[in-house]
Amino acid sequence: MKGHHGISRRTALGLLAGTAAGTALPGALSGGSPFPSALAAKNLTVGFIYVGPRDDFGYNQAHAEAAAILRKMSGVKVVEEEKVAETSDVQKTMESMISLDDATLVFPTSFGYFDPHMLKVAQKYPDIEFRHCGGMFKAGVHPANTGSYFGYIDEGQYLNGIAAGHATKSKKLGFVAAKPIPQVLRNINAFTLGARSVDPTITTQVIFTGDWSMPVKEAEATNGLVNAGVDVITCHVDSPKVVVETSERRGIYTCGYHANQAPLAPKGYLTGAEWNWITVYKDFVEKTKAGEKPGQFVRGGMKDGFIKTSAYGPAVSPESKAASEAVKAKMMAGDFPIFAGPIRTNAGKEIIAAGQSYGQTDMWLEGMDWLTEGVIGSTS
Amino acid sequence: MEDLGWWGVVLAVLAGAIRVSTPFLFVSLGELLTEKSGRINLGLEGTLVMGAMSGYAISYLTGSPWLGVLVAGVAGALFGMLHAAICSLPRVNDIAVGIALMLLGTGLAFFLGKAFIQPQAPILPAIDFGWWSDVPQVRAALQINVLFVIGLLLAPFLLWVLTNTRWGLIVRTVGDSADAARAMGYSVDLVRLAATMAGGFLAGIGGSFLSLYYPGSWNEGLSSGQGLMAVALVIFARWHPIRCLGAALLFGGAGALGPALQSVGVSQGYYLFNAAPYVLTLVIMIATCSPTRTLAGAPGELSITK
Amino acid sequence: MVDQIARLPRTASPLFPGFSLDSVRRGAEAILIPVGALLATAIVFGLFVAAAGADPLETYSLMYRGAFGTWFSWQNTLQRTAPLLLTALCVALPAKLGLVIIGGEGALVMGGLVSAAVGAALIGVPPWLLLGLMAMAGMAAGGAWIALAGALRQFRGVNETISSLLLAYIAIALMNHMVEGPLRDPASLNKPSTPPLGEANMIGSIPGLDVHWGLVFGLIACLAAYVLMQRTTFGFGARMVGGNVRAARMAGLSVTTLSMITCFLAGASAGLAGMVEVAAVHGSAKASLVAGYGYTGILIAFIARQNPLAVIPVALMFGGIAASGGLLQRRLDLPDATILVLQGIAFVMILASDTLYGRFRIFQPRG
Repeated sequence: MKGHHGISRRTALGLLAGTAAGTALPGALSGGSPFPSALAAKNLTVGFIYVGPRDDFGYNQAHAEAAAILRKMSGVKVVEEEKVAETSDVQKTMESMISLDDATLVFPTSFGYFDPHMLKVAQKYPDIEFRHCGGMFKAGVHPANTGSYFGYIDEGQYLNGIAAGHATKSKKLGFVAAKPIPQVLRNINAFTLGARSVDPTITTQVIFTGDWSMPVKEAEATNGLVNAGVDVITCHVDSPKVVVETSERRGIYTCGYHANQAPLAPKGYLTGAEWNWITVYKDFVEKTKAGEKPGQFVRGGMKDGFIKTSAYGPAVSPESKAASEAVKAKMMAGDFPIFAGPIRTNAGKEIIAAGQSYGQTDMWLEGMDWLTEGVIGSTS
Repeated sequence: MEDLGWWGVVLAVLAGAIRVSTPFLFVSLGELLTEKSGRINLGLEGTLVMGAMSGYAISYLTGSPWLGVLVAGVAGALFGMLHAAICSLPRVNDIAVGIALMLLGTGLAFFLGKAFIQPQAPILPAIDFGWWSDVPQVRAALQINVLFVIGLLLAPFLLWVLTNTRWGLIVRTVGDSADAARAMGYSVDLVRLAATMAGGFLAGIGGSFLSLYYPGSWNEGLSSGQGLMAVALVIFARWHPIRCLGAALLFGGAGALGPALQSVGVSQGYYLFNAAPYVLTLVIMIATCSPTRTLAGAPGELSITK
Repeated sequence: MVDQIARLPRTASPLFPGFSLDSVRRGAEAILIPVGALLATAIVFGLFVAAAGADPLETYSLMYRGAFGTWFSWQNTLQRTAPLLLTALCVALPAKLGLVIIGGEGALVMGGLVSAAVGAALIGVPPWLLLGLMAMAGMAAGGAWIALAGALRQFRGVNETISSLLLAYIAIALMNHMVEGPLRDPASLNKPSTPPLGEANMIGSIPGLDVHWGLVFGLIACLAAYVLMQRTTFGFGARMVGGNVRAARMAGLSVTTLSMITCFLAGASAGLAGMVEVAAVHGSAKASLVAGYGYTGILIAFIARQNPLAVIPVALMFGGIAASGGLLQRRLDLPDATILVLQGIAFVMILASDTLYGRFRIFQPRG
């Protein structure tokens, strides 16, 4: 993640692994043992770890749906554990999957599992492959048997913004967010930029609830936004169910996130930014079964099939659909940078100059700490 | 919609008080009734979560949210019965039993509730009390659920029962002095059983409000400690039902403060705003308690004030 | 309250264990009654999982495998036991004075936050010194947090159960605020946290074990708490306050001093647990510190009947239950809440069994 996680950590961890008896034995064999991969070719056990309940209509469900598809592949066994805390619990869960269930490919799916938990366990089990969702894997810094994958879901949020921009009458949009972290800020900005591409007078009001799953606060935030005149809402919390249902009851439009929430809001659901994790997982599993090393820094958006959008709801106008489809086509062609200048922050500072643009893979975007012009709210 | 500015915050807090306070109200009235009989039930959090789950499940399975509310109450009464039965054994600590039942109730609700996270159950209707207003925010704020109205009436009713009826007198006598109650020929255990079951019934209904009205769905993060706070609310209200109503409204309003302030642009320190109700309770307890006398209104038999 | 709690330690363990037949009878009572309660738990829980469609025998054998069946499982269990030993003490120590503290989570969080802040501020001093200062800071912060609840009780008559609970909520809000605000490491992007200590400054594992030193701290703290409460004048005074405040006052004991010190020590042990979480697991303070260890500690202390030595096996049992939970999910497709149900049933059974003490003639002293 940054400088001081460098050499000293790795050597120290190596020493730790060396002193630990029993389970640390594989640590002595330095990589490349043909035995596990030969075994893996026959039957691969894949471990999935979720931070919340698997059926939350949101983040965890998006992963679990992909896991359920993997389960049906021949020669693949899936073991899953839900509601695993981001403490030493997750370290022990990974180890337990490895030593009791013979998992050789492990997917800890919550952001907080990356550092230090997954990195620490990966040091101890160099023959096991770990792929983490969302982490900033750096080759040479992090263990060679780890990696990370993530999707540019801000593309979906940009398209959400276009749909919202066409649907809004009050020109006020709302965003219910958990915490002001880069992944969330990037979504808020993309949503707002999408909407302002339709009408530059549109604003997005943000409310941070403070945590990933706070149903009453999320409902209050939604009501607060509606009362402030907002007529389209989207969100970035673990389970969008409460936000979508509350919006529907208040008679306003919603754009979904994480998974498809259309059944929850048959009238007001416009479209949604959904993960399509099966693309990533299938690739990892197929590579592993073929004896290849699965990718270590895997990123992708609409074009790569990592992200998809929900089917348009009944309230989406034909011209809105046309505008979205045009942008989507550019995204599929890979030439639609969302963060293209000139972009000013909502504090008035020019953050991206005219003519300058950041492609989706640009690491600068993964450290986003600003909100674009048109967003009402602050990052701290 | 017109922009109300800072008036919007006031309105949002008031509206939030109405929306968010109902579970606090039911659970604190339930706790109050139990405590009046001289026993403390710290397990209402488990009862509340169990009520939320069972109410939602029944509403989904039968299509009737009101049946859900009833079943939530019954589930709560059963937990109350368990609490009272265990506590009536000699040498058993009621605080510990409460914590145990909190764990058991939450665990059972999560276990049995897995199947009901996904489905959408029919929820309770709201009554439109805001038909007279042209301001949409006011109309929205006055979309009031019947349970809130029932809670509003329940507080004075409970006060009347406790002060003016024979039943109320018996409960208070048992709560103030078990020996005196025994001398008068009342079964202390039976009275406490009834009071704890009634308290559990109300807490279960409080839980069903969460899943069947606001926020109106079942999931494992639904309760943010409303049941746990019941004990604090009752002390806050000094064992007086009308003050319970005030305390519940205050807690509900305080819960709405964080999002409401952000909606007018006060975006910093929302964690601190979210903690406001707890700080407030603590401050009020510090201001009103005294080391030399027990709190006015406290039942004499109550373990936590002895 | 005072009366009810005070009865626990006296019946739970003889003050001066000797080898007389009577103390053997008492000892047998103190062991057989909880064992009986656990057997009853096993039967009820077995019926429960059977109703849920799982084979109870398979469930128990998997639980044994997940908790104690392999060397890895043992280490898994011990790792989970470590923080629980310390948070259970946060409940057990004040209970000797008749105080019911349920806000150990808050002391843990404050201990973690303050020790991480101290660690981040003093980075560069030798690791042993840094860790020592962090431990002291964490213990002081946790201790102060519970001592505050104790002081409110002593000086203002505020019920400590409620105030410690409120203080726990406040501590968590404060930690979140600091971690995402003033103390946030700007480089902690998607997981706001304080600046990392760096691997060189972390507490390592116990040699030969994949369990961090927190386990040893916990065991030492339990032993020390036992000695303090059962073998010193201080402990005698504390237990006397728990038995009868008025008698203790008449005997010239300072109730205020005794409760303040005990509350401080209780909070300090939870604060130490927080410091260990920071220095051995997370490397910084962040929202993940709130993991419920403080609440599990309440259960353990009550099941151990507030006896610091009995905390050790009970914490081990809870560690084992937690360690086996994953296997139940993966092999039997039972939900994660299964172990909550088991813990709940066990807790209810053990509490209900409190009533059995002194009921069986065979356990009673003769003559």
